[in-house]
Amino acid sequence: MRATDRVLPALVVATAVFMGVGLIWGFFFTPDDYKQGSTVKIIFLHVPAALMAINAWLMMLIASLIWLIRRHHVSALAAKAAAPVGVTMTLIALVTGAIWGQPMWGTYWAWDPRLTSFMILFVFYLGYIALWAAIEDKDTAGDLTSILCLIGSVFALLSRYAVNFWNQGLHQGASLSMDREEHVDSAFSTPLYVAMIGFVLFFFTLVLLRTRTEIRLRRAQALIARERQG
Amino acid sequence: MMPDLGKYATAVLSAYGISILLIAGVIFLSLRASRKSRNRLSQLEERRKKNG
Repeated sequence: MRATDRVLPALVVATAVFMGVGLIWGFFFTPDDYKQGSTVKIIFLHVPAALMAINAWLMMLIASLIWLIRRHHVSALAAKAAAPVGVTMTLIALVTGAIWGQPMWGTYWAWDPRLTSFMILFVFYLGYIALWAAIEDKDTAGDLTSILCLIGSVFALLSRYAVNFWNQGLHQGASLSMDREEHVDSAFSTPLYVAMIGFVLFFFTLVLLRTRTEIRLRRAQALIARERQG
Repeated sequence: MMPDLGKYATAVLSAYGISILLIAGVIFLSLRASRKSRNRLSQLEERRKKNG
């Protein structure tokens, strides 16, 4: 806890700087796209949120595997702490995608491989959070949510690679690519990278804060249990 | 200062508005839970000290 006491304020400042600069730069100081007009400004929310929606689940997967293999309690609590942040990112990606899709594709939603796998990932997040809340025994909850996390990882990976696997549907390929043809113009990519760093920092800041909360709650439960015994 | 968003102003502004609300919401809930857990734990630790 003492180490995180020192790290947390620095993370908060870094998050505010990167997220603030990325979003303000993207919203106020980028030109309109010749095809998409001003809707291109949604990219500064949609892409970082989608990135974190997938990576939050992958972080939960790693933490869940550590719990299953090493029985390290903090890793299970870190996975639990990441889920509400991950579901928020998934919801932002879905909502901004729908709002962006309407003027560009003529519809808010299509059963496109990437969109569908993202929707399934969102449902997995909700199921994961509900499962933690539904089981009283914390170790059993850790075990079952870890297994759910392993299963959901298929959809987390599909959300990222569905476009490459099926090469169909409305959703475009990666915005940031090594391929110059596909890569967005630097007028957009530079603030996009800044916003992405901001979202990554935002995720780690909140996960750290929420993990500390979970640890305190565990300690409180242990103290209550001791009081009852003694 | 406000950029001219043209005919897509509603779409862009609603995307930013909803996202900022969701981000603010998860920050608020996380801070509230953190404060509650800190208070709860310090109460229990004080009670434990008093009771020996």
